Amino acid sequence: MTPEPIELPSSQGELRHHVLSVLVENKAGVLSRVAGLFSRRGFNIFSLAVAPTDPSQRFSRITIVVDAASAPLSQIVNQLDKLINVVEISHVNEQSVVERELLLATVGVASDQMAGALALCASFGAEVLDATASEVTVTLAAHPDQINAFCELLAAYRVDQLHRTGLVALPRLTTPPVSPASAEPTDPHSN
Amino acid sequence: MELTGAQALIKALEHQGTEVIFGLPGGAILPVYDPIIDSSIRHILVRHEQGAGHMAEGYALATGRPGVAMVTSGPGATNIVTPLANAYMDSTPLVVVTGQVATGSIGTDAFQECDITGVTSGITKHNWLVTDAKDLPRIVAEAFHVATTGRPGPVLIDVPKDVSQSMMEWYWPEGTADLDLPGYHPPVGVDDAAIAEAISMLLAAERPLLYVGGGVIQGGASADLRALAERLNLPVVTTLMARGAFPDSHAQHLGMPGMHGTYTAVTALQRADLVVSLGARFDDRVTGKVDGFAPLAKIIHVDIDRAEHGKVRHPDLAIVADCKVAVAALASAAGSATPADRSAWWDELRGYQARYPLTYEPHDGHGLLKPQQVVETLRDLSPAGTIVASGVGQHQMWASQFWNFEEPRTWINSGGAGTMGFAVPSAIGAKVGRPDRTVWAIDGDGCFQMTAQELVTARAEGIPVKIAILNNAYLGMVRQWQEMFYDERYSEVYLSPDLPNYVMWAEAMGCVGIRVDDQRDVEAAIEQANAIDDRPVVIDFRTDASEKVFPMVPAGLSNDAIMVHPSQEQR
Repeated sequence: MTPEPIELPSSQGELRHHVLSVLVENKAGVLSRVAGLFSRRGFNIFSLAVAPTDPSQRFSRITIVVDAASAPLSQIVNQLDKLINVVEISHVNEQSVVERELLLATVGVASDQMAGALALCASFGAEVLDATASEVTVTLAAHPDQINAFCELLAAYRVDQLHRTGLVALPRLTTPPVSPASAEPTDPHSN
Repeated sequence: MELTGAQALIKALEHQGTEVIFGLPGGAILPVYDPIIDSSIRHILVRHEQGAGHMAEGYALATGRPGVAMVTSGPGATNIVTPLANAYMDSTPLVVVTGQVATGSIGTDAFQECDITGVTSGITKHNWLVTDAKDLPRIVAEAFHVATTGRPGPVLIDVPKDVSQSMMEWYWPEGTADLDLPGYHPPVGVDDAAIAEAISMLLAAERPLLYVGGGVIQGGASADLRALAERLNLPVVTTLMARGAFPDSHAQHLGMPGMHGTYTAVTALQRADLVVSLGARFDDRVTGKVDGFAPLAKIIHVDIDRAEHGKVRHPDLAIVADCKVAVAALASAAGSATPADRSAWWDELRGYQARYPLTYEPHDGHGLLKPQQVVETLRDLSPAGTIVASGVGQHQMWASQFWNFEEPRTWINSGGAGTMGFAVPSAIGAKVGRPDRTVWAIDGDGCFQMTAQELVTARAEGIPVKIAILNNAYLGMVRQWQEMFYDERYSEVYLSPDLPNYVMWAEAMGCVGIRVDDQRDVEAAIEQANAIDDRPVVIDFRTDASEKVFPMVPAGLSNDAIMVHPSQEQR
C-alpha cells in the first residue's frame, strides 16, 4: 500500500493522541510485528485493540492510539506501512471518527449505597452483568470520554477490578481513508 | 507433478534464477539438502553460517542479484542474524532459508529450536514461517519479489522439517498477481511535477550539490547521474555506500562526505544552498550533529522509501521514486537548460580541494609501513575494475579514501551496521558473482580474526580472493578514539602483530601467506599476489599503529568542526 503523506488536522499542535485504524492480514505474528515496530522505533502506544474484521477472517483491524509526541505522525504511518502485512492505514481524527471503548468493572457496594450505584449506572447506560448483596459487575460501551467520567464517579465506591479494552474506532462515513489503497479489503489489488 | 516440499523449494529457487547458494546443513534443513545434489544450483559449503550470510551479501553487492543463503535451525539460524542485520541496514537483497523444527514441535523448546522469524522480524524486510508445503513455491516467489523490489532488503523463509518432507503438487506462480501480498505495493514511476520543480530549484541554485547514496547503485542509475551532473555542472559527493556510483576520476566529484570524508565534500554540504539527496538517508555518520548539518541548504530528497523523507531532515521537496527512474527523469528534464552562474561556487570548492586534499605522511625509509600508502600501492598495481571488499574500521576508511572507484559494484563494504569481519566472506561472495574480476579484501587484523576461517571455504571451492591485512596490531579505530578523546588511555585494543602468525594461518587454510614489514617489499608482494589465480592469497602488511584517519568530524559535533590532517592545520 502506498499512502499519501498524512494530512494532519489543523489542531495538531494540541492533539497528542492520534487514532490509526490499521487493516492487516490476519496471519500469525502480525500483531507482534506491529508491536515490535512501535517498540524498536520508539513510538509510544496509548492503547491497541485488535480483532478479525471480515467473515473470511483474512484481515484484522488494529486500532492504535499513538502518541504523536514520541514521533511525527507521518513517520509512524510510513514506517507502519512498510510492514508487508499492513494493507491499509486510516488516520482518524477526533472530528471525523466514531469511537467506542468497553469497560468492565466490579465494584463493592454497601447495602445503603446500592440504590445510588445503580442510579449512576443507569444514568450512563451501564448495564449490570452480575451482582451479589455487596458487589456488582457492570459494563459500559461508550465514548472514551464517557468511560473516563464514569470511572471517576465509580471511584466513590470500592472498585475491586476494572478493565478497559482500549479504543476501537472507524472513520465517519463521510470521511474517506487517507490512503489511496482504500479499495475493498477483499480485493486489495484493485487499485 | 508431486514433489516433496524440499524438492519444491529447490525447484523454486531454480525458477528464480538462483545460481549459487551459500550454506551449511544441519538437522532441520537436512531434507532440503538432498535435492541440492540433483540441482543445477551451485552450493558453497561455508565453515560458519555468518560466512554464508556475508558471502551472499558480497555476491549481491557485486552483481545486483539477490544473494541466497541456507542454514539449519537454532544456532545455524542465529549465526546468520548478523548478516541479516547488516543487509537490512544497507538495503541489500538477500533470501535466507532456515530450517525449523517440525511444526508439531514448535513451541516445545525442541532440539535446535529458535523462533527465528521472531528474532529477525526487525532486521528483515519480511519473513515467512512456512506451515504447508503447498505454499512453498508461492512464498519463494514472494520472498524474491519483496527482497528485490521497492527498497531492497533481506528476507527470511523458515521451513519446518515436516513441511520440507511432506508432498505437494508442483506449480509456479504466474507473475505478481498470483502472489499473496495485499499490503505490498512498491512505488513505480515518478511525479513529473516534482521533477519539474526539482529542476527549477536546481537551475536557480547558486551552490547546489548532489548528495549521492547507495540507492543510485541499487537502482543502476550511474549513467543517468553522470548525465545529470554534467548537464547542470553539479558537484557530486558519494557516500560510503555509493562509492563507485560516480567516477572518482571525474572533475565534478568531491569525494566522500561524512565523519571521515574529504574536507571538500564535508564543507560543500555545509556551504551548499541546495542539497539533492539521491538514494541517501542522512545517516549520522554523514550529517554529524543534525542541527548543524547543511544549515544553508534547501533539501530535495529522492528516495523510494517514503519513510526516509523527514526521518532525519525535513525535505523541502520529497520525491518518492526509484533512483533509476527519478535520476533519469531529472537528467532528461535538465536537457539543455542553462543553470545559474556557478563559477563562484566552483572556485570556492576548488580552493578547498587545493588546500585540503586527502593526505598522509609517506614512509620515510624507516619503521613500519604506512597503511594509506599500502592502499595506494595496491590500487596502482591492481587491474582496472578490481573489486575491493573491506571490513570495518580504519582500514575501511583508508580503502574508501585512497582507492579510486570508477564504476558501481566495485566497492563491497558494511556501511550502516559496521560489521567487523565482513571483508573475507563478502570478498568470497563477490568473487563467486564476478569470477572475471580481481577481488581484493582490504582488511584489518581485528576484522580478519573474526571470519578468516572462510578462507578454508575459498580454497576448497576454488575461489581465489586476495586479502591485504593492514596489521597494526590494534583495534585501530577504537585506538584512534582512545588516543584522541580518552587521553591516550588504551583500553583493550592491543592485539599483537604476531599472534596469530598470519602467514602460518593462511598456509594452514590452503592459501599463500606473505608477510611484508619492509617498505621496499610492498610492490613485489602485491605483484606476486596479483599473479596467483589458483588459490587465495593473504598478505600481512605490518603497519604503523600511530596512523590515524583524517579528516575527522568528532562524533556528535557539527561537520563544521572537521579536523584535518595535522600537516594541514593552520600554522
